[in-house]
Amino acid sequence: MVIYGVYIVSKSGGLIFNHDHNVPRIENERTFNFPLDLKLNYENKKIVVSFGQKDGINVGHVLTAVNGGPVVGRELENGRDVFEFLEQAENFPISLRFSRARMTTNEKIFLASMFYPLFAIASQLSPEPRCSGIEILEADTFRLHCYQTLTGIKFIVVAEPTQSGIEILLKRVYELYADYALKNPFYSLEMPIRCELFETNLQNLLENVEKSGTSNV
Amino acid sequence: MSRAGTKLDSKKVFCMKNILRYDENLYIINSELFTLTYGALVAQLLKDYENVEDVNKQLERMGYNMGIRLIEDFLARTGSGRCYDFRDTAEKIQTGFKIFLGITPTITNWSAAGDEFSLCFEANPLTEFVELPDHCLNLKYCNVLIGVLRGACEMVQMEIACWFVQDQLKNDNVTELRIKFIKRLEDAIPAGED
Repeated sequence: MVIYGVYIVSKSGGLIFNHDHNVPRIENERTFNFPLDLKLNYENKKIVVSFGQKDGINVGHVLTAVNGGPVVGRELENGRDVFEFLEQAENFPISLRFSRARMTTNEKIFLASMFYPLFAIASQLSPEPRCSGIEILEADTFRLHCYQTLTGIKFIVVAEPTQSGIEILLKRVYELYADYALKNPFYSLEMPIRCELFETNLQNLLENVEKSGTSNV
Repeated sequence: MSRAGTKLDSKKVFCMKNILRYDENLYIINSELFTLTYGALVAQLLKDYENVEDVNKQLERMGYNMGIRLIEDFLARTGSGRCYDFRDTAEKIQTGFKIFLGITPTITNWSAAGDEFSLCFEANPLTEFVELPDHCLNLKYCNVLIGVLRGACEMVQMEIACWFVQDQLKNDNVTELRIKFIKRLEDAIPAGED
C-alpha cells in the first residue's frame, strides 16, 4: 500500500497543490576505476546515465555527487567541468553518487497543465455524451486516479497499481480541501494552497490509508 | 443589534461552555452564538456605512464570497451530483439550509415554467432576537443569504437571482425568499460535461 503523491489542479488548469508522499529515495554511491564503465549524458541541466546499468545504478539516474562534493548542472563544487574531470585518469579511483531524478516544482506545474487538455480530449473522444474524462490512468508502476468536482477542481492521487479504495480517499481529500483550505479566510481561491493545517491533515489521512486502508477514514 | 445583545443574559453565557460538539463530521455550534455574531456584523456595517442600501449591498457581497467557498463543503459532504432540473436544485438548496442552518424551509409557489420558486421560513436563526429599528426599515437583514445562494449556484455553473418577498422582520407571517433561474453558465462548465 503506497501512495506516491497528491495533486490538486484548479478550474483553470493550474497546479495549486502538490504533496510528495513516501517516495523511496534511491541513492547509490560507488567507487569507479578508470575508464568509467558508464555512459553519461548531459540533458535538461542534469548529468544522466544513458547506458550501462549495474548495481542499482539504472539508466535515467542522475549524478548528484563526485567524491562527496555535490554536482550542480555539469559543474563540480570548484567550478570544474564534470566530463573533463572524468576523462583524466589521475582523478581515479573516484566515488560517484547517483540517485533517481526528482521532479522540480516547475516540472510538476508543467505536467499538471499538460494533464488538463488530456482530460478534456478524453471526454471529447468519448462515443457517449457526458463522459467524465480520465478517472484512472494506469501504467506498470503506478496508477493515477483523478476526481473532478462539479466546480471543476481536479484531485489527483498517484498510487501503487494495487492500492484499492482510492475513490474514498479522493472524496476525503476533497472534504479536507473544503475545510482547511476554503474555510481559511486568508486563502484566496485559485491560488496555490499554503495552509499548514491542510497539509498536516492530509499527511495524517494518507498515513492512515496506507496503514489500515480506507475502512475507517 | 444592541437589542439582541441585551438578550444575552448570564444563563445563556453559562451554557455557551457546551457550544462545541462533534457530530457526524460536522461541528454543531449553538445557533445563538451564530445569531449574535451575525447581529454584531450587521450592526457594525450599519455603523460603518450609515446608508442602509450600502449595507444591503455589502451583506450580499459578503454572502457571495461565503457561497463560492461553502458550495465545496456542501458537495464534499453530501456527494450530490449535478442538477439537470431546477426542482433538483430546489431540493438541494433545502438540504443546504438543513446542513448549515439546521432549518428546513418549505418549497412553494412554483412558477408555471418551473424556473422560479419560493422558500418559506417559519423560523430563521439569523433573526431570532432581532427587531428592526425605525430608521432601517429598508434594511434587508438576511441579505447575506441571497449572496450565499448566488455564489454557490454560480460555482456549479448556474446563474440565479433571488430576493425577499416577505420578511418576518417587516411584520409578514413568514419570511419568503424567491429564487429564479436565469441561465446555465455554459462557458464555465468543466470539461466532460458539456
